[in-house]
Amino acid sequence: MSAHSAPAAPASGIRFERVTVAYGKRGESVALDALDLTVEPGEVMALLGPSGSGKTTALRAVAGFVRPASGRVFIGDRDVTALPPHRRGIGMVVQQYALFPHLRVAQNVAFGLKAQRVPRGEIAGRVTEALEMVGMADYARRYPRELSGGQQQRVAIARALAIRPGVLLLDEPLSALDAQLRSGMLAELARLHRELPDVSILYVTHDQVEALTLADRIAVMDRARLQDCGTPQDLYRRPRTEFTASFVGNANLLPVTVGGATPGSVRFADTELTVTGVDESGHGPAPGADATLCVRPHLVGLGEGENTLRGTIAEVQWRGSTHRLFVDVAGHRVKADVRELRETPALGQPVALHFAAHDAVLLPAGTAPQATVPAATQTPAPVATSAPVPAPAPGLAAAGVAKGVAPGAGGATDG
Amino acid sequence: MLVHSRTGRWTAWIVFFALFLPLFALPLLVIVAASFATHWSGAFPSGPTTEHYGAAVRGESLEALTTSLVTALTASVLALAVGTWAALAASALGRRAKRLLDALFMLPVAVPSVVVGLAVLVAFSQPPMLLNGTRWIVILAHGVLVTAFAYQSVSAALARLDPAYEQAAASLGARPWLVLWRVKLPLLLPSLNAAAGLCFALSMGELSATMMLYPPDWMPLPVRVFTATDRGALFTGSAVAVVLMGSTLLVLLAVSRIRTRASYR
Repeated sequence: MSAHSAPAAPASGIRFERVTVAYGKRGESVALDALDLTVEPGEVMALLGPSGSGKTTALRAVAGFVRPASGRVFIGDRDVTALPPHRRGIGMVVQQYALFPHLRVAQNVAFGLKAQRVPRGEIAGRVTEALEMVGMADYARRYPRELSGGQQQRVAIARALAIRPGVLLLDEPLSALDAQLRSGMLAELARLHRELPDVSILYVTHDQVEALTLADRIAVMDRARLQDCGTPQDLYRRPRTEFTASFVGNANLLPVTVGGATPGSVRFADTELTVTGVDESGHGPAPGADATLCVRPHLVGLGEGENTLRGTIAEVQWRGSTHRLFVDVAGHRVKADVRELRETPALGQPVALHFAAHDAVLLPAGTAPQATVPAATQTPAPVATSAPVPAPAPGLAAAGVAKGVAPGAGGATDG
Repeated sequence: MLVHSRTGRWTAWIVFFALFLPLFALPLLVIVAASFATHWSGAFPSGPTTEHYGAAVRGESLEALTTSLVTALTASVLALAVGTWAALAASALGRRAKRLLDALFMLPVAVPSVVVGLAVLVAFSQPPMLLNGTRWIVILAHGVLVTAFAYQSVSAALARLDPAYEQAAASLGARPWLVLWRVKLPLLLPSLNAAAGLCFALSMGELSATMMLYPPDWMPLPVRVFTATDRGALFTGSAVAVVLMGSTLLVLLAVSRIRTRASYR
């Protein structure tokens, strides 16, 4: 048996059919509202959303830890809605690892194999195989408490993979790790998925970077509902709602009125702007209607261009290779990420910003998130405030970011 | 340490000994002293002798010791089994049902144990449930009394147990009984261990309910202490009491030495 053989279980996807989960005596608090979603066999689907968006509930419905009030869950062709967790054939890794503290690493990994009555002679080989896959074979005789967080997480992944599940559920698997370890584990997970191409992965996270890096498709969730679903590139370049725009990557969201004269012409405050590719579907916002213009900060440049916005500098953040400018334009704060400037512009200085018509997306108005700041801002990138004084107190700087960002505009981590 | 100054620390020690010695240690030391005495008319006992111990580990007293050990052991095992089972069942119940069960199990503790003894006596004195006059009525009464403690400590431990372990086990394909046997119970082992010690100690010292229902051929050690001192054999009673104390402590020590791997996390 090769060290990296594919799982024995047939490739199986996950299908949610109008799955509703409600808590409370009369089901008054809905945690998941009629979710329709298909994870193809071998696909990595990220469930991305702020806390309380229903993403973990969706995962728990697949695992069998919550019973849907209505709707059905399929794993492969099997309707598992009424099956107890132990008969679903899933692998699962949770945020706090949940390794059995009274068992050694090898015993932890063997647990699932024994539970599934794998022949005794086969167990040792498969434990080694699973531990080798995550590079933990040397730690087989340790107890979980003797391992670091990252090592524990590897063991938890090995334990889940040892039973060769067709479906792997990952519930915020990296959120207990520090930033550096997290990016290492992200690469590791990507490698594992390349080695086990038949395993479908449902990956719950509130971190857009994890979702963008790992997922074949991202399902964006908010307030118990599926808001949007598509490939990372699709969601990033052509978001369909203000929520997606601000939660997947960072965005400037400007309220505009659709102009009548030429297609793609919109009015923001007193400025006429053009957006291309508005009516691709043929039913964009009608002339005179309100809409939201979305443009990514890194696609906004200094100076005049196809679409020009004029305003004054409100704040400048130095981020090493880039400067982030916060510019007040007609009462709205526009963010622009520009290559590091030779001279830091002064606060209050008038500037012109421009962006290309094909870089802007027009969104229906009123699809904004409820929460003012998405959960992704919980890990702000290192920033410095406007003054050229190097490295001010990071706490202050972070607070400045949180305040400086317009409501609904994404956090510190851009794609 | 909360107290940082040297004088403060000394004061704390002095207060501790001033309270601890007379309240906890001295009475026990007096018993030990009395168990070696033949007379005690002055401030200190006189006429050191080990004769009382000879009596305390022979004949009726030895019989009472084995009676007590067997009773406490059986009652503890029963209480642990019933209490753990009930606590596991209660954790799966709704909040109201669980509260009702909690109250039910606390009943024997809330009611004076004399009343529990009398109740058990009355309840099991008629066929078909005729246990009166057998050792089983004593064991049963002890079991009823100490189950409350077993139930409560396992219940508290279960409430603290992270459901993630159970769920991880279930997701790996473990049937509920396997989850219980290989995950839940091992993780509960420290609490089960503590509960066993508590049950044993309580049963070893139980007197009031036992007085109500012990048959002549099943007299536990506390009753023996009581009857000895009641007859005026104070020094013999003391020696028997020291034997009771020592054997209980020995068993507790042994229980606490049982290795509980799950206790370190």
